[in-house]
Amino acid sequence: MRELRVAFAVAALFVLSACVKQPLYAWGRYEDLVYQMYMKPGEADPVTQTAKLNEDIQKANAEGKPVPPGLHAHLAYLYYQQGDLGAARQEFQIEKKLFPESAAFIDGVLQRMDRKAGEG
Amino acid sequence: MKRNLAAAFLFALLTSLSACVPKPDYTLYRSRLPRSILVLPPLNSSTTVEASYIFLSTASRPLAEAGYYVFPVAVVDAFMKENGLPTPDEMNGVSLKKIKEVFGADAVLYFTIEQWGQKYYVISSQTVVRANARLVDVETGQTLWTGKAQAVRDSGAGAPGGIIGALVAAAIHQIVFSMLDQTHELARFANSTMVFNKDNGLLLGPRHPEYSTDQRGR
Repeated sequence: MRELRVAFAVAALFVLSACVKQPLYAWGRYEDLVYQMYMKPGEADPVTQTAKLNEDIQKANAEGKPVPPGLHAHLAYLYYQQGDLGAARQEFQIEKKLFPESAAFIDGVLQRMDRKAGEG
Repeated sequence: MKRNLAAAFLFALLTSLSACVPKPDYTLYRSRLPRSILVLPPLNSSTTVEASYIFLSTASRPLAEAGYYVFPVAVVDAFMKENGLPTPDEMNGVSLKKIKEVFGADAVLYFTIEQWGQKYYVISSQTVVRANARLVDVETGQTLWTGKAQAVRDSGAGAPGGIIGALVAAAIHQIVFSMLDQTHELARFANSTMVFNKDNGLLLGPRHPEYSTDQRGR
């Protein structure tokens, strides 16, 4: 009977060890906000989203955890929607710095923004 | 006691055998391992119009946690809409050449939703989320990997009060736990189990600390 209990304990540990792995990123509410902006847009207008993401970023920074890919670019887009191009540029630059894989996209977006601002 | 022990061994044996289903060939995927993945809003073959964007909202996390750069899904969607591609169907038709030029992505992950929402049976119902996935190399157009994201939840089986009672219970259940919120949760589970499946999931990407020790396809 004791062997059995040991066997179960070992099995349980195995299963648990797969669950307690630390995530690579502090996700905060990023994905939930994406869900809300499509499904319940009234609850996730750009101003609300901006406030929540900034909170999440501060929290992650305070805990010394990296934020996930896309989060700063998403925040940048929210600023862009609110007409704050300066903050948008800054956030896009942070995304690019944290994740150089995004460089081609971010550079293109920044160029488009400049062109648009020039027209306006 | 002996019998219990034997049962435990049998259980362990079955668990290890289940790992022996045919494994996909990772050779090409390994040789063209992407650093970045562009996820497009899924094509939708289900009758639930919301399915694409519910699914999309749950796709980034497992991919990023597996070590890939994932382009910001909502920004990509908005960008495409602003550039004359209003629906997932049109977005999925964009050429790889254009994707390379605009996003600089190494790979695109295409999804097609096959089934979404509730299926009713006489005395029970199920909530289902099912999508096919295809990871495509932007440079060569080759398919690097295919997968299936799926999750099913039984709800309200065998409710007391016979068929009428069960139907009422099912109706109330749907009102209380909005069906779409349920599929949101299931989609998250489906994406995560697809990506991290030890036998046929994604290879770990360059940003994962165990990237270099992932032996599949070597």
